[in-house]
Amino acid sequence: MTPSLLGISADPLDLTSLVRLALDDAPPGRFGAIATFVGTVRDQNLGRQVSHLEYEAYEPLAAKALDAIGREVAREWPSVRLAVRHRIGRLDPGDASVVVVAASPHRAEAFQACRFAIERIKQVVPIWKREVFEGGQAWLEGATADPADAAARAVALARARGQLEEQAG
Amino acid sequence: MRILLFARLRDIARAGSLERQVPPACTVEDVWSALAAEWPELTAFRPALSAAVNAEFAPFSALVNEGDEVAFLPPVSGG
Repeated sequence: MTPSLLGISADPLDLTSLVRLALDDAPPGRFGAIATFVGTVRDQNLGRQVSHLEYEAYEPLAAKALDAIGREVAREWPSVRLAVRHRIGRLDPGDASVVVVAASPHRAEAFQACRFAIERIKQVVPIWKREVFEGGQAWLEGATADPADAAARAVALARARGQLEEQAG
Repeated sequence: MRILLFARLRDIARAGSLERQVPPACTVEDVWSALAAEWPELTAFRPALSAAVNAEFAPFSALVNEGDEVAFLPPVSGG
């Protein structure tokens, strides 16, 4: 059975494999542009030296949330094929936590869809990371997940289009 | 019903999965209130919380039935 294009994995992530999966049944040359994003664990955060991260997910809902993001991308950029893998479990600095592949005939849509996808992943997917650092540990808390929040989706879209000032995180 | 708690919520309640009886006309909000009564440290999380019933996002006004799985989600930090 072909693995889903959008999913969670406990195994180390591999960009090349995900690109290959995204292109799998497309005729050669269908996608003139393949935009990719790899998120990796940083060794420093908020002035702390990071030992490692532990990612956990509410897996059945995370899978649905990724599918919903896939539908959002398809609605906005119908020419884009999207693939996402998010890793869970223990990750060390430098390990890839998330990989996004957006393939399209042309680059504008590929770049935008790729950026949009990672912004939405960080907004709505029920995944949490616990940071273990020198001197302690802490769950990192970002957005309150609400896929129906149109304002949040608008922010993700604006970032994808390069319309918002960049911010860290 | 089964109640799932994640991340910091699980740390506070010292359990990621709890089995509880469902009173009549019970909402997600009622389930949360009962948990917060048991572990007051949870109370501060309410404004930033999301909820799911049977692995679908749900409002706190949603009704909960016997056999349901209710999950409380602190602010997410994927990516």
